[in-house]
Amino acid sequence: MPAYPHIKNGLSTPLPWLLAVLVLAGLAALPVLVVAANLLAPSQGTWTHLAQTVLGDYVVNSLALMGGVGLGVTLGGVGTAWLVTMCRFPGSRPLEWALLLPMAMPAYVVAYAYTGFLDYSGPLQTGLRALFGWKSMRDYWFPDIRSLGGAITVMVMVLYPYVYMLARAAFLEQSVCVLEASRTLGRGPWRSFFGVALPLARASIIAGLALALMETLNDFGTVQFFAVDTFTTGIYRTWLGMGQPAVAAQLGAVLMMFVAVLIALERLSRGGAKSHHTTTRYRRLPRLALTGWRAALALAFCALPVVLGFAVPAAMLAVWTVEVGLAQSFGGDFLHLAGNSLILALAAGLAAVTVAVVLAYAQRLHPGPLVRLAVRVASLGYAVPGSVIAVGIMVPLIALDRQMAQTVERWTGASPGLLLTGTVFALVYAYMVRFLAVSAGSVEASLAKVTPSLEAAARTLGCGTVAALKRVHLPMIKGSLLSATLLVFVDVMKELPATLIMRPFNFDTLATRTFTFASDERLASAGAPALAIVLVGLIPVLLLSRAIAKSRPGESE
Amino acid sequence: MRLFNRFALTAAACLAATAVSAAEVNVYSARKDHLLKPVLDAFTQETGIQVNLLSADATQLLERLKSEGKDSPADLFITTDVVHLHAARTAGILAPVNSAVLTKNIPAKYHDPQGYWFGLSARARVIFYAKDRVKPSELSTMEDLADAKWKGRICVRSSSSSYNQSLMGSLIAHDGEQKAEAWAKGIVANMARKPQGGDTDQIQAVAAGQCDVAIANTYYYGGLQTSAKQADRDAVAKVGLFFPNQDGRGAHMNVSGAGMTISAKNKAEAVKLLEFMAGPSAQKLFAEANSEFPVVPGAKLSPTVEAWGKFKAEDINVAMLGENAARAVLIFDRVGWR
Amino acid sequence: MKSTTGLAMHGITHHFGALRVVDDVSLTISPGELVCLLGPSGCGKTTTLRIAAGLEAPDSGTVTLNGAVVSGGGVHLPPERRHVGFLFQDYALFPHLRVLGNVEFGVESLPAAERRARAMEMLEQVGMADYAKAWPHQLSGGQQQRVALARALAPNPALMLLDEPFSGLDKRLRDLVRDETLQVLKRNKVATLMVTHDPEEAMFMADRVAVMRQGRVVQFDRPEVLYNAPADPFVAAFFGEVNQWPAEARDGKVDTVLGIFTSPQDGDIEVLARPEALRLDQNGPICAQVLAARPLGPVSLLHLRLDGQDMRARLACRTLPQPGETVRLSVDPTQIFLYPRT
Repeated sequence: MPAYPHIKNGLSTPLPWLLAVLVLAGLAALPVLVVAANLLAPSQGTWTHLAQTVLGDYVVNSLALMGGVGLGVTLGGVGTAWLVTMCRFPGSRPLEWALLLPMAMPAYVVAYAYTGFLDYSGPLQTGLRALFGWKSMRDYWFPDIRSLGGAITVMVMVLYPYVYMLARAAFLEQSVCVLEASRTLGRGPWRSFFGVALPLARASIIAGLALALMETLNDFGTVQFFAVDTFTTGIYRTWLGMGQPAVAAQLGAVLMMFVAVLIALERLSRGGAKSHHTTTRYRRLPRLALTGWRAALALAFCALPVVLGFAVPAAMLAVWTVEVGLAQSFGGDFLHLAGNSLILALAAGLAAVTVAVVLAYAQRLHPGPLVRLAVRVASLGYAVPGSVIAVGIMVPLIALDRQMAQTVERWTGASPGLLLTGTVFALVYAYMVRFLAVSAGSVEASLAKVTPSLEAAARTLGCGTVAALKRVHLPMIKGSLLSATLLVFVDVMKELPATLIMRPFNFDTLATRTFTFASDERLASAGAPALAIVLVGLIPVLLLSRAIAKSRPGESE
Repeated sequence: MRLFNRFALTAAACLAATAVSAAEVNVYSARKDHLLKPVLDAFTQETGIQVNLLSADATQLLERLKSEGKDSPADLFITTDVVHLHAARTAGILAPVNSAVLTKNIPAKYHDPQGYWFGLSARARVIFYAKDRVKPSELSTMEDLADAKWKGRICVRSSSSSYNQSLMGSLIAHDGEQKAEAWAKGIVANMARKPQGGDTDQIQAVAAGQCDVAIANTYYYGGLQTSAKQADRDAVAKVGLFFPNQDGRGAHMNVSGAGMTISAKNKAEAVKLLEFMAGPSAQKLFAEANSEFPVVPGAKLSPTVEAWGKFKAEDINVAMLGENAARAVLIFDRVGWR
Repeated sequence: MKSTTGLAMHGITHHFGALRVVDDVSLTISPGELVCLLGPSGCGKTTTLRIAAGLEAPDSGTVTLNGAVVSGGGVHLPPERRHVGFLFQDYALFPHLRVLGNVEFGVESLPAAERRARAMEMLEQVGMADYAKAWPHQLSGGQQQRVALARALAPNPALMLLDEPFSGLDKRLRDLVRDETLQVLKRNKVATLMVTHDPEEAMFMADRVAVMRQGRVVQFDRPEVLYNAPADPFVAAFFGEVNQWPAEARDGKVDTVLGIFTSPQDGDIEVLARPEALRLDQNGPICAQVLAARPLGPVSLLHLRLDGQDMRARLACRTLPQPGETVRLSVDPTQIFLYPRT
């Protein structure tokens, strides 16, 4: 029997927390609601047209994309996590962190690099044709790069680290005891993996999978490069081409329902797993030493995603940077751009994590359905295509801003203009909305480690809710807070659509500059800022890897 | 820090509503930075008026302008196509500009009849062909590309591109919706591959032998001809440019352009910038930096563009293209042109 | 030590959803007194404890601490303002703080030097002073328990609440730690409410025991009263297996295989006989056949048959009777209880 199954009901639930959570969750949920509000707008027959023509393709392609990416990231992420955590083979140590590297790669950069390289008119196929004297595509077979398969491949390569990271953390946290228990009950290492380790890590794996699939759904750049029509590209087309923002938003709302299902699945899988660890005793993991062909196979399996998802595109970026010339690449306003990116990413990371902590803690104190719903809706911003949510963010923010301006005007007779729109604050708010899901998931999961009796102990020892948070919860989960901040940090470094539309005048970041060059088809010039994003992204990735390795109790001592 | 400048500015404006500190003009632009920047820099140099620039996606800028309404900080909205200018006018966020300079410099077909927006540079959407596989004599009109003889030989980008939408808008205007749809169906049947990539990719595909003809805008061809990369220049040398419909209405034209917002606080500066962009030095920059056609008659072409020769351009008012864009997309959806 | 008037709970009722887990519970604890809540799991004893701590707000009833109402009548003082010490079943030591940091946690308001002195004093008391610099995960279960005790006592609480504090320890260690804990609590003269499901532990520790069943306090009295005069068969049975059979009383008497006893009322009666009620006695009035015998150390457990009725007896004997043997027994009537059958 759990020690205190009803702890949540008992601790007094101060009103300020409830208010804070509702205000913050409301702010974060507002853009999503703005998008969803369009559901009620009339569509003037556009839906009939879409249903008769392209809607089927959108659905089929989106589902196929999700299916393919889901399968790929699960196999790749879990497989590599298990191998580097539980086995020893040449290179397994460095691979522990190297497997996270593709996270630092913006998907659109990878997509751009690969389509450019592998296309019919790209250097590889042109070279092959020259080498073998082929005249046209009728003379030889080459896989169609710009296809669903191509898009899935690239997305798997950059998204598998989400699953890898969480699965690895879960494997590390598992007590050796349960695995040994399984072994003594007559199960071999593989059956122990499938029978014990995998089910125990399931919640984490599904959480990672959900993140990867949300990224898949909100991706626009990659599928566009690969000429795959999905819901997301459909939204753009309906909005821009048909001039029907309402219908576009309705498509967006349908997309959100896909995601709501994903999130529900994730919650469902987490539901039963409130188990705090059954044992507090840990020993060093007994790692299975692999040799011969097994070692080679393991190495190949783990190295492939790193090479394809990181090494090759990073090398391309480096080559372009050198081609353009180092002085030109890193001269000019480069440092200024980097500074903008860093400040924004840091501010957004701190904001998103702070809000996530407040939401998660208030949810613990006040586990009612209202708060839960507010927090869920607030997290949906992650799944909505970037450009759609950017507009969703912009509309209420500007409305508020105009309201303020009018109020001031009524008092003073002079309008101050828009005070929030087009400032850094607006950007940070936008990032908070967009990436709250990333920090919230991480914070919520780690708060679960603070057992109810620890909370009760702090309370009986004289701590109020705020003091308990400060003195017990935060110190206990500071590792997770760091990684949550860094995850948001990396995402903000790469973020594009909201940055583009919400930024102040004359304001550029590494991401906007990369995009500007890339969309101008001046790929070589895009090399330096893209490389900088990757390099800056590497810092958190490496710290993250350390934090995960240290998360195993007893392993660090 | 620079980010907080706006704050300081607005605060200052709040204190002294009438005092405008330094002359400036705020621009929302969907044009590529590197094409616009030299023009804006030249403007600042000549007039001393500071230009504040925000570059983003046209559709999103449009949404932002709509939300901001008359409180928008933007004075000018610059786009690469008529579709968005037309949408901005329809949404009521553009204010008419009455400038003798603009109406004199810019031909009537390239600006809004009431002066809500003005075309600043023009481009033709034409046919490119593989020199070794297609004789120019085989080519005639855009309509002809729907003929079965081109089966499996055409490359063209996705219909999500506003350039294809405006081409279709022109066909709807000239041939009627039914014929236009039949044409689109024919093009889909003749495609060498499913639509992918940008206009440059279509020209590259012709050079690489994946298809024999392609539909693309002229300046992408010019971009490859003037590329710093030898490979680009080698590739484009294998591709010829053909202006279609020369015996009839002329080649399809679309424009980049700009309009003043209803919220414009720096009206004089905004008009000054519009006039500057329609003036000789800016027109020369557009022509040279991006191999576009100046809208001002008689403005000098870049040598690259000059070499393509004289051609007949269609006379339809480009405003019509914006009006037809939504219908164009419906047609594309129906015929399966992705 | 500060003078207190201890804890008073009055008419406490609490629900989880539709389930009434605490039902009209009232009890008082004087300063320096140790009261045990005893009952099977799910009887509401832990919830009662948590209500005393302020970790739960009762649906109705009042909790008075040191003369002030802390729960009830629209008041609910949060746990951090009640000045109670809570010893958790899993000890709940903060894993991010060393032993000293854990004990200092509740006395944060003191100046640093005093704080340290107080914490060290408490660690001395529980014999853990040498471990001040250790991390919780480096300690054994018994050591963790002692640190938790020191931590709870450090703020000098008016009331100590102990939730099954020894259940995580093995038997030998449990006896030792139990004894030490009792001494420390008595030395600090703190009113203590402890939850346990182990009657032996309750008897050992408590000045008074409240036996709970299905949310209600069935009996609240000194351990010996509970043992010698259980209020109902449930309480009687809670202190160990009993022999129980139905009988009928007439004219204030009930005739059983163990003899004739005075019954408070006539009619259907439930007879309970503790296994300890029987004594080996050469001259005893009762004859029984031994079915099985097991030595348990100080006493032996015998399965007997008397007049066709099976019965268990727990008795001291130098030589273990063999199965099949016949023994003579006498009866201790204070260990026989009669209850009207309901």
